[in-house]
Amino acid sequence: MILIEDLWYTYPGGSEPALKGINLNIREGEFLAIVGENGAGKTTLAKHLVGLLKPQRGKVLVYGLDASKCKVSQLARLVGFVFQNPDHQLFSETVIEEISFAPKNLGVESRVEEVLRRLGLEAYRKRSPLTLSSGERRRVALASILSYNPRVLILDEPTVGQDAAQKEELASIMEELVNEGRTVVVITHDLEFVAEYVPRVVVLSRGRVVADGDPEQVLMNGSLLKSAGLLPPSLARLSLLLAERRFLEEPRLYRDLCRLAKEIARRLKLEPT
Amino acid sequence: MYAVVVEDLWYTYPGGSEPALKGINLNIKEGSFTVIVGPSGCGKTTLCRCLNGLIPHFYGGEVKGRVLIHGIEVFSRPTHELAKEVGMVFQEPEDQLICLTVEREIAFGPENLGLPREEVSARVEWCLRALGIDHLRHRAPYELSGGEQQKVAIAAALALKPKILLLDEPTSNLDPLSAQDLIETLVNLNREGLTIVLVEHRLELVAQHASQMVVLSRGRVVADGDPREVLSSRLMDELGVAVPKPIKLYRYLAKLGIKLRRPPLSPEELVDLLAEVKAANDTH
Repeated sequence: MILIEDLWYTYPGGSEPALKGINLNIREGEFLAIVGENGAGKTTLAKHLVGLLKPQRGKVLVYGLDASKCKVSQLARLVGFVFQNPDHQLFSETVIEEISFAPKNLGVESRVEEVLRRLGLEAYRKRSPLTLSSGERRRVALASILSYNPRVLILDEPTVGQDAAQKEELASIMEELVNEGRTVVVITHDLEFVAEYVPRVVVLSRGRVVADGDPEQVLMNGSLLKSAGLLPPSLARLSLLLAERRFLEEPRLYRDLCRLAKEIARRLKLEPT
Repeated sequence: MYAVVVEDLWYTYPGGSEPALKGINLNIKEGSFTVIVGPSGCGKTTLCRCLNGLIPHFYGGEVKGRVLIHGIEVFSRPTHELAKEVGMVFQEPEDQLICLTVEREIAFGPENLGLPREEVSARVEWCLRALGIDHLRHRAPYELSGGEQQKVAIAAALALKPKILLLDEPTSNLDPLSAQDLIETLVNLNREGLTIVLVEHRLELVAQHASQMVVLSRGRVVADGDPREVLSSRLMDELGVAVPKPIKLYRYLAKLGIKLRRPPLSPEELVDLLAEVKAANDTH
């Protein structure tokens, strides 16, 4: 469980606070996305959860531990952080060494083989991470955290450079982790991904939480998203536009396009004007 | 006239056990807006590197076949000459921005070509205006947002006055609005005659602007042609390419007996096509 209360943070030399009074509760086993435009404060917020940044005002509690008083090494056992740019965290000469590092270092049970299999990296065991494509390096970075099995997983922009099949695979890995009782927090501006897979969305804008709810509420709200520098994802735009032109009774977020097609068909046949 | 001709191109990275490109054939017309898609690791980035000579001049490795840019043989020309033909923008703008101000960054390329001072400053002004970043001229690239950095990277590439702009997933680190803004910038540059070759996963954003869609898989071209035809082919699902929602919906509607006149590339086009169907229904 993670509890954030009135969190403020200003970067050294920064003229304006990057975080301005954030309040947020994350329950165990939750799967949520923190979204916002570039510079909204998403990564700054996430860094507080692993102790990479310390609160200047307010409180961050991670499983009862006060993040401002904990060492990064203490928090890291509980909270795994996958960086946005995999090159900021990969340093080993082979994929297998990279993935084995954290469990060895923390002295915990290693799940290397399972993780290699899950992320489709078995064939790359002996390869240098540097020779892999950027999408593959991202999976290696995720694997290197999953291998020590932290209770909370934070992923900063995990879908960048991933194709549709890999995004789906990523979502199913996250869902599995959540089903096992782990908490998954995704920091992203990929609202397409959020619309399809994530059950709770927190919108950050200029250092503040401006919305927190299910995708149906949040992602269909064009004016709210626009004020946060975002655009409704194509699923939402499609449905809003269909409703506006009266091909749908009401705009809803249809994750299942087959059902959406049936709704349209029903309406087209029912309504001879 | 073709801007790019690729003939039976094979390439293996140094130490690579398998070729990354296996017999690529590709023609890109001058003035086209060509989008290259394909699953992760399919060879998209490798192909880009062949088009501006980074392969083999920088990466080494074993190359077979030919690449012609406006008739110039890429593999036998030094990269600094090719830079005048093909401007390249990478996925991470951090990888290519080096100067302390935006103005200096844009001037860097033309200065290195040894152009006269007046010409350099004329080009800087043109690029700042073309990208709408005049207000950023004295800022440091590293303190800009991702979207702004990406525009600076494009401006710096354009300062060499290339006829082709090659972009490798330029929107992947951008939020949706900045990404849309960047794509609009590319559309405008394309209208002015620049050939755009864009590697991009976000098809929802670019499909409607593309004049040619090329799909790579495992180092081969598996589809090449009109975006509507390419994206509505069954092959895309198997490859794991993110087919835009309007096209998926088009297919489901067809199964239910609602035939739209063509596969739509945007939600706007979809509702317009539905309106046609409705009008036809109503007159019966």
